[in-house]
Amino acid sequence: MTPRRQRMFMLAAMIVAVGASVFFALRALHGELLYYLTPTQVAEGRAPTSGNFRLGGLVLPGSVRRRPGSMTVRFVLTDGHHSIPVVFTGVLPDLFRPGQGVVARGDLVKGTFVANEILAKHGPGYHPPGIHSRYNAPHIPGSLPGGTTALVTRP
Amino acid sequence: MSAVRTRLLFALPLALIGTLVLIGWIGLKHNPSRVPSPLIGKPAPVFSLPRLRHPALRLTERVFRGRPTLFNVWASWCVTCVAEHRVLMSLAGRGVRIIGLDYQDHRRAALAFLHRYGNPYRAIAYDPRGISAMNWGVYGTPETFVLGPHGVIRGKIIGPLTRRVVRRRLLPLLRRLSSSRARA
Amino acid sequence: MIPQLGLLALILALFLSLLLCYCGLWGAHRDDPRLMGAVRPLTAGLFAFTLFAYGALTWAFVTNDFMVRYVAENSSTRLPLFYRITAVWGAHEGSMLLWIFILVVWTAAVAWFSRGLPRPFVSRVLGVLGLVTAGFLAFSLLTSNPFVLVFPVPHQGANLDPLLQDPFLAIHPPMLYMGYVGMSVAFAFAVAALLGGTMDQLWARWTRPWTIAAWMFLTAGIVLGSYWSYYVLGWGGWWFWDPVENASFMPWLVGAALIHSLAVTEKRGVFKSWTALLAITAFSLSLLGTFLVRSGVLISVHAFAMDPRRGMFVLALLAFMTGAALTIYLWRAPYLMQDRGGAFRLFSRETFLLLNNVFLVVGAATVFIGTLYPLFIEAFGLQKLSVGPPYFDHVFIPVILPLFVLIGVGPFVPWVSGRVGDLLRRLRWPLLFSAVGWTLVLVLAFARSWPPLTAVGVLLSVWVMITALREPAAAVWRRLKGRTAGWNASTIGMSIAHFGLGLAILGITVSTTLSVWRDDPMHVGKAFRMAGFTFILRGYEPARGPDWRGTAARFLILHHGRPWARTVSVKKNFGPGLGSTTGAGIVGGGLHDVFVALGNNLGGGRWSVRFRYEPMVIFVWLGGLVMALGAFVALWDRRYRWRRLPPPGPTPGGGEAP
Repeated sequence: MTPRRQRMFMLAAMIVAVGASVFFALRALHGELLYYLTPTQVAEGRAPTSGNFRLGGLVLPGSVRRRPGSMTVRFVLTDGHHSIPVVFTGVLPDLFRPGQGVVARGDLVKGTFVANEILAKHGPGYHPPGIHSRYNAPHIPGSLPGGTTALVTRP
Repeated sequence: MSAVRTRLLFALPLALIGTLVLIGWIGLKHNPSRVPSPLIGKPAPVFSLPRLRHPALRLTERVFRGRPTLFNVWASWCVTCVAEHRVLMSLAGRGVRIIGLDYQDHRRAALAFLHRYGNPYRAIAYDPRGISAMNWGVYGTPETFVLGPHGVIRGKIIGPLTRRVVRRRLLPLLRRLSSSRARA
Repeated sequence: MIPQLGLLALILALFLSLLLCYCGLWGAHRDDPRLMGAVRPLTAGLFAFTLFAYGALTWAFVTNDFMVRYVAENSSTRLPLFYRITAVWGAHEGSMLLWIFILVVWTAAVAWFSRGLPRPFVSRVLGVLGLVTAGFLAFSLLTSNPFVLVFPVPHQGANLDPLLQDPFLAIHPPMLYMGYVGMSVAFAFAVAALLGGTMDQLWARWTRPWTIAAWMFLTAGIVLGSYWSYYVLGWGGWWFWDPVENASFMPWLVGAALIHSLAVTEKRGVFKSWTALLAITAFSLSLLGTFLVRSGVLISVHAFAMDPRRGMFVLALLAFMTGAALTIYLWRAPYLMQDRGGAFRLFSRETFLLLNNVFLVVGAATVFIGTLYPLFIEAFGLQKLSVGPPYFDHVFIPVILPLFVLIGVGPFVPWVSGRVGDLLRRLRWPLLFSAVGWTLVLVLAFARSWPPLTAVGVLLSVWVMITALREPAAAVWRRLKGRTAGWNASTIGMSIAHFGLGLAILGITVSTTLSVWRDDPMHVGKAFRMAGFTFILRGYEPARGPDWRGTAARFLILHHGRPWARTVSVKKNFGPGLGSTTGAGIVGGGLHDVFVALGNNLGGGRWSVRFRYEPMVIFVWLGGLVMALGAFVALWDRRYRWRRLPPPGPTPGGGEAP
């Protein structure tokens, strides 16, 4: 092959390769899109009727409920206007706490958001939202002196 | 390849980056943190909280009636609130009415804070678990709401009040609210 | 007093960097020896002032100077000294100062090590770096000044984010920034060459060690971050395709492509305009990463402060730097094409390295599409959304797999023109060993009924590792036969890096496809069985550290019924406004990791506990570190050693390495 034809061949091969992968990438994208909604948008009926989506909001203080010993926890996510009850079975992230922003992935079942993943926002913002803490409470072995679980386990 | 086509090929990256910057710019304009509070234009949420310094007394949304008021959400553990405090003190000195909301705090720590840095507040609602704050859509501290004389929310400032914010946004808004009251 | 001096030093540094830019670029353009002579002293001054500013902030942290707002917000007297030093980069303002400091360190290093290079070229390089530094100094001073004072002075600080109180995370940002920022050197070399109008083989030889060094740091930084997220943040996961992770992965891929493309340009003088474009792209992606991380435009778990003004500034920097570089590229690159370098046949090393570039760049492009698609959709006001990790798994993996086949072949194909027969002869031993390895893997795959993807990944990793050993083995063989070994640091470095890649492929494949995890409510005395292991909760006890209190849970682990290990997982609570972190109990480190992490207190004496079985996960990071080691070895190649050019005489126009 002459250098010129060779170059053209390579250029064509590259364009085909890039084009094909971009095509497949975009096709795959549409299967994996997760919509991100706020409780207000869900209340407006904008949630997808089937399949997962992400729900972002603040954990309403005082709404975290758990039967002692159970891995299932219920709480309310709110954006200040509308609230959506959430149920989740599993380990909550360390950053999960009342008043904190979280993003839950799951779907809506009869008005309750059934989450299969909870992510808490990590990162120093302009203002760390605090927690109501019983940090100074006497330490009881086997329980955490801090606020997070103290609030979570409150019946 | 002709020279023109070669040029076009070399211009491709530039076009790509241009598009990218444009999209980034529009994305920033859409930034969720810039969306104004949906509470603006609505009456203050109903609440009833004990007062910080007088736990037997309660504070309700009726406190906002009568004249323009600032509603400032703070906490003793919040360093940014310390930075903001001087601005609040000078505003209070100028006669601006400021109501505080002590957010997720300990009463003793909050009183020590006021003792140390001064008290710009006419009254302070004590919300140790942040339940009422949630109705205000508070994401953290400090946040400041501006309320009109009829208890309607007219503005919200996320983050600390600085002299610049006071001069550019707060004072003009308060002046507008006062003059509308004078006309009414 | 010291913080004010720090601020003053930062302002002076801004002036010096602008002056450096002027003297470097204008001096080279006008061929003015006085201006060009000022470039090195200016770089030294810039370094001194930036060092002082950085030292001043560190001093404020060490002495608990809460007069500085940034210190008050990110430290406290309870914080141990080590974390007070690392807290400097614990939040946005300080990490920006670290970024600038590292940029200036790279600039000073270029000034120091490039004394043998032609003067106009060095002036242009330092001028470009000065301009980049000026941009970031202005960003820091105008939007994120770390030296802002607070009055009245708080008597105690708010303490450092507990997640950042970890030795791995503490050293992760400097490593990562060394990599990110190091890409600016290749960028400056490319822009300087485009401005000067000559981009020859010598240029590629000068650029290569800097690129390799930056890539080495980037690799190490990504590995450290991933390990941290494994045992602190991610409850056992080590890669989440989060925008922040992708932001470091894209420059890594393009940086790897650049190293290979530079090899072709250095040896054969071809692909010049492509190499220049890659150098510009690698740094642009670093800038883009900064924009994504610091503007809050994407939904990420790691986002920094969401300040639109900062986002705007970084975007403007990105637009200016990249836009200017690409405009120069558009203007100059066609002239580079006039000397097209040597011709080569289709079956040649050149083609294989080109394919390497295609796969790496296409891989980076798929990550790019997945990361920025949400931004794109949002920009048109359609919806707020995110792209799920499965997208990346489904698209990136098939794109990158062919590369692992080629990596075993490419290094053995001669430059210019090769023959298939010769190649097979060279690869006869690796093929034989691979065949043996593949048989074993296939037997194992059927016996353990592995998923197909596991088998494919392990087969490929065997191939990559064995072919990587071919060159060192041949050199040792030659040595044993009394001939010269005929190796150099570049070849050894390449072999080590490729072997590391093989290890990483093994770890990634096996740990992602064969790991098992369960969450279970546990109480004292309860046993939980999973993947051949039995976990028994022996008891809880209180634990405390300098600024936290918590609960430690002791576990006994049995393997196939016999006592195997003991481990402890600690839940640490840092008090109001800060929350808690979990220290996982991890046992193993060889063929398998067993991971126990205390979850939430469920009440009634029960805690939820996460158990993970992670086979071969250690190879993910080991492989990454071996790749970084390979890069480190390659840096010692004799060709990159600094030599003073003979003062008179024509500028060298290329030529093969001795």
